[in-house]
Amino acid sequence: MGIISRGFSGRRTPTDVKLPPGQYLTTDFPVLSAGPTPHIPLDKWEFVIDDGKNVLRRWDWKSFRDLASENITVDLHCVTRWSKLGTSWEGVSLDTMLADIKTDGSYTLVRSYGDYTTNVPMKDLLNKQAWIAFRYDGQDLAPEHGGPARLLVPHLYLWKSAKWVRGMTLMHEDKPGFWEGLGYHIYGDPWREQRYSGDR
Amino acid sequence: MWRVGTVIAVHDETATARTITLEVPDWPGHVAGQHVDVRLTALDGYSAVRSYSIASAPTSERRVQITVERLPNGEVSPYLTQEVIVGDRLELRGPIGGWFVWRSQQIEPVQLIAGGSGIVPLMAMIRSRASAFSTVPFRLLYSVREPGAVFYRDELRALSAEHRSVIVTYAYTRTVPKGWPRPPGRIDAVLIADSTWPADVGPTCYICGPTPFVESVAELLTASGNDRDRIRTERFGPTGGRK
Repeated sequence: MGIISRGFSGRRTPTDVKLPPGQYLTTDFPVLSAGPTPHIPLDKWEFVIDDGKNVLRRWDWKSFRDLASENITVDLHCVTRWSKLGTSWEGVSLDTMLADIKTDGSYTLVRSYGDYTTNVPMKDLLNKQAWIAFRYDGQDLAPEHGGPARLLVPHLYLWKSAKWVRGMTLMHEDKPGFWEGLGYHIYGDPWREQRYSGDR
Repeated sequence: MWRVGTVIAVHDETATARTITLEVPDWPGHVAGQHVDVRLTALDGYSAVRSYSIASAPTSERRVQITVERLPNGEVSPYLTQEVIVGDRLELRGPIGGWFVWRSQQIEPVQLIAGGSGIVPLMAMIRSRASAFSTVPFRLLYSVREPGAVFYRDELRALSAEHRSVIVTYAYTRTVPKGWPRPPGRIDAVLIADSTWPADVGPTCYICGPTPFVESVAELLTASGNDRDRIRTERFGPTGGRK
């Protein structure tokens, strides 16, 4: 236990809500981004899966939206310590997008418009754990929240759910993305409180 | 790893914001723009942690300053701005962050744009410039609600009066000082054109403030020809509109 803060009692989360360690509940939807918000016209949007050498799959907005989508309700946990419960999204499962791809790469680097990247192991993208989301709360995804489309991988800290996605590269070895190269954890499991590099 | 800091000074910047100076014997040093996590612990072991931007320049004195704005329904900020007194001990983790930073080796002009308490990490950059004897051209455009909401007022006035120092421009959004030439209002394209470096000198721009403020200013900067790659942002709080 830490040093007692004289006179501090705190404002606790209701005990029937289970949050990852060190998180607090919010009903707002805060935003964390490193630079200006990119605005990508839908007729210029594309999503490309490659293996570092060859393009394996490519979708434009229309062919992407022709894929079967699903409605998802998930909890979000940001490394800046807020958690937001029961958020509603519509998106295409990564199981669908990776279905026809044969690869022995165990890692991915997800790429965004605006040059943001984040690394996610392949096993965390499959089996109904990750989506490319394009609607939030019944409306088209706003640019500041990652529209036209963002990765949604809610079992990891929210920086892994890259905004403004444009593709992913399949890799044999793990390689840090943007925040992972700037002091944040390589994997980012909120339930193990893997916030910063050096956290176990 | 949590470090223990002892409060050695407190100073009220405004009616709702307080600067806390901590002495941290094992502080590893920091870079202007980084933040720290502060942990408070109740008697029964319950703890709450929040991140605060560091306000002070890196120094050798093992001192760290944070300036905390009291949030109306905050859990940690009311304690830090109202309860903490000299001699209290606080737990810290950090410094954290390697993107929204200014290093004294940088030589390009710097444009700082602050909204409200977003001034804090930018002030660390201004102080870092001074303590490193850097002569890099700095400009600050500082948007605040009203004159009484300005942090670091005297220090900014002294700095901007010095030759070849930081050029400071205020933008008041609700109430202006008596005789102020510009009516109250948000930062707009005219103010960007008049009060920031022209894009062709290639400044690195640092914007910090509430999310809608940062969104709007980043758009104005790119519209006036600044390279998106040269604009670094730090946002806090919710997006406007939908909750």
